[in-house]
Formats: sequence, structure tokens, C-alpha cells
Amino acid sequence: MTDSSSTNRKSNTRKKYDETSLSGTFVSVLIIAVFMLISWFSVFLLFLERN
Amino acid sequence: MHIHRYEKLWLIIGSLILLVFLAILAIQTFYLEMGPPSHAEMIDPQTVKESEIFADAGLKEIGDNEYEIAIVAEMFSFQPGDLEIPAGATVHFTLASPDVTHGFKITDTNVNVMVVPGHISKVSHTFDQPGEYLILCNEYCGLGHEYMANTITVN
Amino acid sequence: MTHITDIHTRHKGAAVNEDVAAGISKRDFHLSIANLSIAFIALLVGGAAGLLQGFVRSGFLELPSWISYYALLTAHGVLLVLVLSSFFSIGYLYAGTSRVLGGLADKTLAFGWAGFALMTAGTIIAAFFILAGDANVLYTFYTPMQAHPWFYIGLALLVVGILLNCIGMFITYQSWRKRNPGVLTPLFAFFSNAVFVLWVFASLFIAVFVVGMVIPWAFGWVPTIDPMMGRTLFWAFGHTLVNIWMLTSISAWYVSMPKIIGGKVFSDSLARVAVVILVVANVPGGFHHQILDPGLSVELKFLHVIQTFMIIFPSLMTAFAMLATMERSGRAKGVTSLLGWWKILPWSDARFFALIVAMLAYIPAGLGGIINASNQVNQVVHNSIWVTGHLHLTVGTTVMLTFFGISYWLIPYLSGRKLTRNLNRLGIAQTIIWACGMLLMSGAMHANGLLGSPRRTANTTYNGHSAASDWALYEMFMAMGGVILFVGILLLVYIWIQLAFFAPKGDTDFPIGEDYNPKDASPLFMDRWSIWVVLATLSIAIAYVIPLLDFASGHSPGSPPFLMP
Repeated sequence: MTDSSSTNRKSNTRKKYDETSLSGTFVSVLIIAVFMLISWFSVFLLFLERN
Repeated sequence: MHIHRYEKLWLIIGSLILLVFLAILAIQTFYLEMGPPSHAEMIDPQTVKESEIFADAGLKEIGDNEYEIAIVAEMFSFQPGDLEIPAGATVHFTLASPDVTHGFKITDTNVNVMVVPGHISKVSHTFDQPGEYLILCNEYCGLGHEYMANTITVN
Repeated sequence: MTHITDIHTRHKGAAVNEDVAAGISKRDFHLSIANLSIAFIALLVGGAAGLLQGFVRSGFLELPSWISYYALLTAHGVLLVLVLSSFFSIGYLYAGTSRVLGGLADKTLAFGWAGFALMTAGTIIAAFFILAGDANVLYTFYTPMQAHPWFYIGLALLVVGILLNCIGMFITYQSWRKRNPGVLTPLFAFFSNAVFVLWVFASLFIAVFVVGMVIPWAFGWVPTIDPMMGRTLFWAFGHTLVNIWMLTSISAWYVSMPKIIGGKVFSDSLARVAVVILVVANVPGGFHHQILDPGLSVELKFLHVIQTFMIIFPSLMTAFAMLATMERSGRAKGVTSLLGWWKILPWSDARFFALIVAMLAYIPAGLGGIINASNQVNQVVHNSIWVTGHLHLTVGTTVMLTFFGISYWLIPYLSGRKLTRNLNRLGIAQTIIWACGMLLMSGAMHANGLLGSPRRTANTTYNGHSAASDWALYEMFMAMGGVILFVGILLLVYIWIQLAFFAPKGDTDFPIGEDYNPKDASPLFMDRWSIWVVLATLSIAIAYVIPLLDFASGHSPGSPPFLMP
């Protein structure tokens, strides 16, 4: 796995995440939450504008 | 059954977002009366055109720049035809179908309601912006469905 | 429910393991192969109809007089969302269940073949009348539009065939439980059973509607029909169908994806909880298709909106579980950076690539669904071509790409062949083509819908109205997307034919993931489907008793038929 070793090197200076970590998952779902808010409120604003 | 703390947190955040959406929708629906058109009144589709409401249909002024119109949505037209109103007018539409299910949609507005045979639909809108609005049927109603359209001109 | 009585029909254990090859009975394979074959034909014909529609709607093509745009639209809808999805689901779920439970019961095969025969006959009859132009009613066949009576007979046969398949699945599931007391059923079988339980709920509504109301009316035995009752019963079926595809798709995400990426199932118990919520809360979701209908009170509609929002919750769980599976798999391989695990996923494995693109498509698909169900906001998008765009993201991209990904292991598994490196590369190309085509087409549909362009409407300029002229650009993009997608279908059919008949012989595994943490097993009562069926019935009752009683006692004047030739 050349990929993982390169990520290892890169992240040496940063915090390391162990085998049971789910931090990446949490960050990823939060991005989904942001999309959820943006998409819903855009259509909601369109609704208000056309009312 | 073990739930990881991040998963708990995510489910709480996600649910809160959904609750915020629901709360906004509920406030608009129940306090600002902005709910979806939900009129409940029955009419025999076979006598729609002779009925009191729809027989002499036309634009009626019922108040200060406030109008009322009964529209028959049928294959493949809205009767009566094109409408003209002054800017700022509030129009109350009453709709029924003598044949199949139609949709009543005015572009650039939120006016969008199903016209199901057997039921009377009601929807209102205030036209602030002048222009020619397109009224179209947005529920497939047969082989001429794409011709079912009118305009409403706001001066 | 059927499976409760089936507990007593214990099948002979020996019969299951008879003529077992590679751990599984060859005769189970034939049933799956038969179902998948029909699914493939449906994809080809339904896809071709879709391509033509794109051309007509954008004005590039005028159809000959013997077939209308709406006949193509009906064929596209019925063949893809009804025929393709149900035949594929059955072929895949039967094969997977046979794999995890060690073979299907004798009676299951009998029910499966009888169901297959009825479904096939029903499909041929319905397709014939659609293409003959005698059923231009679209796949929702809203009454009082009326098609040729035999179109409805075809649909009824299809539904009865599906019900027989349900019984078949329950027999194998329950007999396995009987033979393995105190053991939790494998996760795949749990998913499979859930899908068929949902099928039973969906079928009951559509059977009451088609057999009880439409057929007597279509033959002229009763003069009128209540259109509102029809819409309500149809959507109780229609939206349940949506979650039948979804549940089938996510079974591959939860069970097979971990194995493919060299990881483990994140949490068996949470997966089962998500499945159970989907089954229990599902059916009332259908009401959000009727937010703009007359005759339903604002309060009732809001109750349905809340019930629809409940179905979003399991999707939140699924999003987390999928990402967690991938992160844990990366961590196990030594990734220590926050998001580095994304990089080492097996992107060059067509099976994974199709699934991950499907999952990514599910994000905008799901978000669009939340918007659709948002009560008054529904007025912005209802019956606009946005909804068509939404459907093409959900079933067209999320479900279809999952099915395509499944087929890259399911077909070679059934045909005893291998996915060669070349075919794997073609699979990746197919996924990219599909994603690009859908992005273009569905993106254009979403934008166009927000501008007000209606769905299900043939090419028209609305007398040269300026609003409609803005839509033309997007209709061109839709047609372009359609062309790309059709290339994708042709490539897929090539891959399938290769995998079925020409790829080199070999053993292909049906990937089944293991539990990350065996101690985290679900409690046994999760397998007691009577609990979930009762709860689901309760949630259906909360949603449907009031409106259905209302319509039934509302003295609806009724509608005579309007023939759609």
C-alpha cells in the first residue's frame, strides 16, 4: 500500500487516528449535513420568493 | 447493541436539522396559514359545467383588488380562457374537473394544485409583479395534455 | 401474515443440500438466472423508450403516428420501475439468500417458479397493450383515465407473481430459523426477508386497487370509480416500492461492500435497526405524493409529512454506517490521517466503484426527497420535471448503479465464470458513463423543474410563451444525457453477455461481509417479524384509517371512464 505509507508520512506532523477512530466518518457526515441545510434552504427561499 | 458516540452525535445533529425543517413548516402552516391547498368539498364530475359555481364562470371582483374565479379544468383546456388582472391583485381560484385528473400550475408562483374529479380545489395568490404568467396543466391527462395551457396577464 | 403459518411447514433438511455444487444448489441458480434475464430485457426496451422520449421532448425527433410520446413514457415507467426492479430484486435476493442460508427450500423453488411464470406473463401482456397504444395511462395509471382492461390484468398477474415470491422467501427464512433455534439469521437473509415483507404491504394496496376497483370498472361491470381512493391506494404501493428498491440496494452496501473493500460490517445490530425502521415507517410515506391533493385536511397532511420524515432517519444511520465501514477498513490497513482512508479504497474494482458512485448519488437524491416531502415547499417542485430528475437520481442512479455493481459478481457467480480485468475496466467505464449521463440529464431536470417546466409532457412551446422558451436549453441537455445513458446501457448489456456466456470459467464468490464485532450481535427478537409486521400495520393505520374512511363514506359521486387510446 504505497498510498497509505504516503498518507502516513504526510500526517506525521498532525494528529494520528488509531484503529477504532471514526473521526473521518464524523467529518464526512457533517459535510452531508451542510449540503442538507444548503439544498433545503435554497428551495425554501425560492418558495418564499414566489409566495 | 453499542452505538459509537460519534454516531449518536450525528443522529442527534441530523434529527435536529429535520426538526428545524419541520418546525419552520409547521409555523408557516398553522400560524401563517401558508399550508398547501387542502380544500375539502365534493362535486359530481358529470355535472360540473352545469353547477352553480362553474356555470357562469368569469373573473369577479369581490373586494379591494381582490378577485374570484371558477375554472373548469378539462381535456385539454382551462375554461374560461386567458385572464387579465391589475398588479397587486389577489385572486382566489376555484377549480374542478369534469373528466380526468389535471394539475393547475402558474409558473413563477407557488400556485400548484391537483384537480381531482369529484373534488373542488381552491388556491389563492397575490400577483405583485406585472407580466404574462403561464398557466399549465402539470398532470398527464391524455394525448393532448401538452396543449392544456392559458395565460394570466398582470398589468 | 403468511410466515406465521409457515413455521409449521418444516421442509426436509436433506433436500436443501442435495446436488450441492460449490456449497450451493444449482437449481437455485436457474431461478435467479431466469429472473435476471427478464430484468435485462426490460432494461434494454425501457432504456430505448427513454432515449426516444429525450429526443421527442427536446424536439429532435417526431414520432410516427402509430406510437405516441405517452406510450413510450408508459413503457419506460412500467418496464424500468416495476418490471426491471422487481425481477432484478428477486433474482438477486433469492441467489444471496440461497448463499447465506445454504440453499432454498423445495417449496420456495415451487413458489418462485410459479411467481416467475405469472410475473412474466403479466409483463408480456401489459407490455403488449402499452406498445399497441391501448394503455397510454403512464405507470401511475391514475383513474378515471382508462386503459385496455387486459393491461390491468397484466399488472395484476405481475403483482400476484410477486406475492408468490414473497411466500417462497418466507418459507426458506422461517424453516432456517426453525432448524437453527437460538441463532440469529444472517444479515443478508434479514434484509431479504424485510424486502419481501414490504412487498406484501405494497401488494395488498395495489391488489385492492387493481383487482377490487379498476378491473371491474375497466370491464364495465361497475359504472364509476373514486379517483381519490385510487390515488391514495396507488401511492401507498408506489412509495413502498421506492423503499423496496432502496432496501434491496442497501443490502449490498451493508453486506457485500465491506467484504469487497476488505473490511467488516460496521454494526450488524444497527443495520438491523435501520431495516426495521424502514419496514415499520415506510408505507405512510406515500402520502407526500398527495400534499397538493384536495380532500385531505392540512392537519392530516402534516401528520403524513412527519411520518415521511421518519423514513429519513434510517438513511442517516446508513450514511454513517457506510462511511464507518470504509474508515475502519482503512484504519485496519494502517491509515492514520483524518481522511486518508478515502484514498486507499479499491477504486479500480468495478464492483466497489459502481457501489460507491451509487452511494454518492444517494446524497443529492435523498436531499431532493426531503425537499419534496416538505409540505408547502412541495408546491415549488410538485409535478415539475424536478421530480423526474429526483427519480433518475434515486432509482436511475443510486439503485441502478448498485444493481450494475451487484451484477459484476452476481452474473459470474451464477454462470460459473470470472470477471476478467478487461471486463472490470469496462465496468468502471460503464459506471463513469452512467454517472456523467445522469449528472447531465438529472441536473438539467432539477434546474428546469425549479423554473417550472412540467414533467410527463410532450414537446410543446406553449404557444411560444417566454417561460417555456427558457426550458429548451435544459431539454437539449436532457436529450444529450439520454444519449450518453443509452451508450451506457449498450456497454452494460455487452458486459452482461460476456459474463453470462463468454468470460473464462472460474469460481466467483458472492461477497458476504463479517461482523466487525461478534459481541455486538442483535438480540434474537429482531428476527421475530411478527413484532415488526404488527408495528408496521399500526403505523399504516395511523396514516390511512382516517382518509380512507373519509373517502369511502364521503359519498364520492364517482367518475365514469375516459379511455386513453
